[in-house]
Amino acid sequence: MSATTSPMPNSSVPGRAKDRATSEALGRRRARADAIVRVLCTAATILGLLFLASILLTLIIRGAGGISLSVFTNVTRPPGSHGGLLNPIIGSIIQVFLATIVGTPIGMLVGTYLAEYAGESRFGQVVRFVSDVLLSAPSILIGLFVYQILVLPFGGFSGWAGIVALAIIVIPVVVRTTEDMLRLLPNTLREAVIGLGAPKWKMIVLVCWRAAVSGIITGVLLAVARVAGETAPLLFTSLGNLNWSLNLSQPMSSLPITIYSYAGSPYEDWITLAWTGALIITLGVLGLNIAARSVLRARR
Amino acid sequence: MSMSQNNSTGAPAMSQGVTNAAVNDAQAAAAAQKAAELARVAQQAHPQQSSGTFGNMAVRSSAVMNPARIAVKDLNFYYGTNKALKGITLDFPDRQVTGMIGPSGCGKSTLLRVLNRMYSLYPGQRAEGQVMLDGQNVVDDSMDLNALRAKVGMVFQKPTPFPMTIHENIAFGIRLHEKLSRAEMEERIEWALTRSALWGEVKDRLHSSAMGLSGGQQQRLCIARTIAVRPDVILFDEPTSALDPISTLKIEELIDELKRDFTIAIVTHNMQQAARCADQVAFFYLGELVEVAPAAELFTAPRQKRTQEYITGRFG
Repeated sequence: MSATTSPMPNSSVPGRAKDRATSEALGRRRARADAIVRVLCTAATILGLLFLASILLTLIIRGAGGISLSVFTNVTRPPGSHGGLLNPIIGSIIQVFLATIVGTPIGMLVGTYLAEYAGESRFGQVVRFVSDVLLSAPSILIGLFVYQILVLPFGGFSGWAGIVALAIIVIPVVVRTTEDMLRLLPNTLREAVIGLGAPKWKMIVLVCWRAAVSGIITGVLLAVARVAGETAPLLFTSLGNLNWSLNLSQPMSSLPITIYSYAGSPYEDWITLAWTGALIITLGVLGLNIAARSVLRARR
Repeated sequence: MSMSQNNSTGAPAMSQGVTNAAVNDAQAAAAAQKAAELARVAQQAHPQQSSGTFGNMAVRSSAVMNPARIAVKDLNFYYGTNKALKGITLDFPDRQVTGMIGPSGCGKSTLLRVLNRMYSLYPGQRAEGQVMLDGQNVVDDSMDLNALRAKVGMVFQKPTPFPMTIHENIAFGIRLHEKLSRAEMEERIEWALTRSALWGEVKDRLHSSAMGLSGGQQQRLCIARTIAVRPDVILFDEPTSALDPISTLKIEELIDELKRDFTIAIVTHNMQQAARCADQVAFFYLGELVEVAPAAELFTAPRQKRTQEYITGRFG
């Protein structure tokens, strides 16, 4: 205190010495806060990575041993008779593929409507909000919904019902990425197209979609990755099928459902197959994610 | 509010009525000579101005204005309730370059965006008054906008190549308005690229992406894309502000070349550019057209005090 009150011979700026002392204390406090935040962030990251690594490690250890050609060539069979996962793998591929085919155009059109037509209008905001709610809705609700509108009135579980349930999950993901990607485009690009005398729909279809295509593809692939692992919506819709069937009007097998029922069974070889199936889904989703990223990078 | 003492428009149609529709070369040369002389006189009168400023203006600019291709009369423009253009009356002479200068927010770009109705994209923006082109009022609700934009092309501040090949970029605009045979299409594309001084640089990679071109090349591609539609008028909205000096020079030379066939309006923040490119220069301030005159006249002997202040760099 006395140091600040005694006037310094060279200092003509009032209170400079005092402020300097204050700022040094401030600096020390900030450095301390910085260190604490850094430690917390690092610890949280390591914790998260530990869980992820242990899941992947367990999956590989328990699942990799079961991978053999027969897993991909044999259909599901009773315990102890060398069954495979052919029908769940094919069933999953068919249902996920068709759900994507159904959901993507709807999602793209809605996303395009939001980005290019709705703007900040009231209706646009409502649609955006509903789509975001759907994005985070529990998927079992979607399963129950489809059960009500398709399974009960049309006489039973079917592959089609599963496809519709998965498509409903695909739609909001594609809506969001389509809208985001279109909004990233500079407005001058739109004006340039309009300035040549193009009608708006040609601007959207021929230029905007083209400019945003890599982002939209990434969004679609992420949606595929999401529905590939969905179990809940399929429980009430395509149910699962232990026999070989490509009939979409019948119950249809899928990997997540098979894993669900096999993992809870008392049979050693079924449990191994469940682990293998889980590993196959994980690798498939990982592959899709890598594909999505490389598509995005190649486009840039 | 002190602006109100000055009336909005300086002198609307200066020497336009004096000459006949077609200006022959001799007249143009004589005019150029006169302009050069004017510039020299002005140089002596204002020795503080760098010699480069208006140095080569006289070579390109004409002091004689052709008849109007677009005639703007009593044009008001509103962004919502904000009046951005106040009673503009301005002629854009046929196959000459009209430069539009003024500080940011003065309305020069707004006027440009009225000429091709770009503002119609945005609800809440509206224009009233007359913008006559080929006997039609451009700002009428009944105007066919796509046809108008085929007639009045636009080149933007930032190069905006479409995400497709160089060839497709140019074919895109043509296909909007015409059905050409394959051979005609190739011919038109070569013509557009040649006229925009890009053919030599891209003829071997017409089918590679336009995004791979340099900024200056992209801008010339945008010019090629615009002229490929064969408009009558080309609007340039600060076409070189995102480009390096060499690319800028190329674009300026190009504009000079294009005015043989196209009526050109160019908005620029760069007064030297206006002096180099324009035949007629219009100075805008706070939504008003303060003064319009042949380039040599406006830059050397402005009639309005605010023009004088702006071009000598006292504000803006």
